[in-house]
Amino acid sequence: MYEQIAANKRKTAILFVLAVLLLGGVGYTLGLLTDSGPVGLVIALVVAVVMSVGSYLYGDRIVLASTRAKEVSKQDAPRLHNLVEGLAIAAGIPKPKIWIVPESAPNAFATGRDPEHSHVAVTQGLLETMNRVELEGVIGHEMAHVLDRDILVGTVVATLVGAAVLLAEFFMRMWWWGGFRGRRGSDSGGGAASAIIFAVGFLLLILAPIFGQLIRLAVSRNREFLADAQGAMLTRYPPGLIAALKKLQSAPTAMRSANNATAHLWLNQPSRLEGERLGTLERLFSTHPPLAERIRRLEEM
Amino acid sequence: MNAWWIVLGIVVLVLLAAIWIYNRLVSLRTRVDNGWSQIDVQLRRRADLIPNLVETVKGYATHEREVFEHVTEARARSIGATGVSDQADAEDQVTAGLRQLLAVVENYPDLKANENFLALQEELVATESKIAYARQFYNDQVMRLNTLIQSFPSSVVAGAFGFTERPFFEIDEPTRGPVSVDLS
Repeated sequence: MYEQIAANKRKTAILFVLAVLLLGGVGYTLGLLTDSGPVGLVIALVVAVVMSVGSYLYGDRIVLASTRAKEVSKQDAPRLHNLVEGLAIAAGIPKPKIWIVPESAPNAFATGRDPEHSHVAVTQGLLETMNRVELEGVIGHEMAHVLDRDILVGTVVATLVGAAVLLAEFFMRMWWWGGFRGRRGSDSGGGAASAIIFAVGFLLLILAPIFGQLIRLAVSRNREFLADAQGAMLTRYPPGLIAALKKLQSAPTAMRSANNATAHLWLNQPSRLEGERLGTLERLFSTHPPLAERIRRLEEM
Repeated sequence: MNAWWIVLGIVVLVLLAAIWIYNRLVSLRTRVDNGWSQIDVQLRRRADLIPNLVETVKGYATHEREVFEHVTEARARSIGATGVSDQADAEDQVTAGLRQLLAVVENYPDLKANENFLALQEELVATESKIAYARQFYNDQVMRLNTLIQSFPSSVVAGAFGFTERPFFEIDEPTRGPVSVDLS
């Protein structure tokens, strides 16, 4: 377990370095193209550092906001609070903050930077479909992620990828609108600038799948198996989590707030499409091992 | 001259190892203490629930004085208990008393449907599972501390700095897990 904590901290550091190098590279190329010298590089490095620090300090808030989660008090969800508190005691960590996501698909995730700053979020659907024992199994799985600092890597990945996607869209749109204005005003000076903006946006778009690959490297599917096993060890009752995973097999997975940047955080991979199990793109970005395999391994314990 | 350097090197290595072991002993001892205070918090919480529970049940079942007295006495003993094994004995009494009390409740369908009682019951179930979790954490840490104290070479460091083995907290398993909803 201590090796896993160290490995996760190392991974986070590597991610920050990669983010700075990548954005720095983009900024440097921009500088070369526009003959403005180091200005592009400096701006890009500042953006990269702000992004890294921001994802470390505020990543949990950003992830929670993107899923529209609301914090709940002990009065509003006594059973959930009791279960989380009990498992926090078993794990020997402070009690995480508790959030409810307004989605009908049963699912859950944990986020934060360390056990002292951690959050556990469950969907409304999870509370409605699971009984006490199953809920305990699910919370145990999330608590294992908190304990192993999986939440740190997961949250940083989610916010960095989210920011990259946002930047790409920003540049593509700038090019789109800039292009229209250029045509209308028949102004030849804007041509070079819009070409560069297009290039940056295009580059980031090409990089997006590479980011996806990065997620898979950082949040290897083995982590889910480990968290299942460790969670079952915390509750000392594997049948609880097994029953919960079995219920997930037949439950809907469509979520309004599903996106590729946060998919790896969830207990079960969310899908964007109603009805269909997983879209083609989501299968490509598959971050979770199949539920049947997870159940089989738990049953062998 | 060279030999002196080798001796010095060995001494430094031994010292470093001793410091490492000492720090590990200290951190485990802190974890054991934390685990114990967590158990204490949860036991106190359970003790605080008992007067309320007794009052609620009394409102319906007036003729069960013996049961009420038993559980109230057990509660008083548990609050006054000091030390791990004394506390464990007292808790077994409380658990037995609560089981009796909840067995009485079975005979009063009106009481079983009382909202106040149901809320108290959820609190009781939750607190008992927290006691179980706290005990699990405490005993795990005790086991690690005791193993370190017993095994060589850490036993030498433990002996020199007066680290002593801690007792496990052994109590009758309160209702827990799949049967936890039904307390009878």
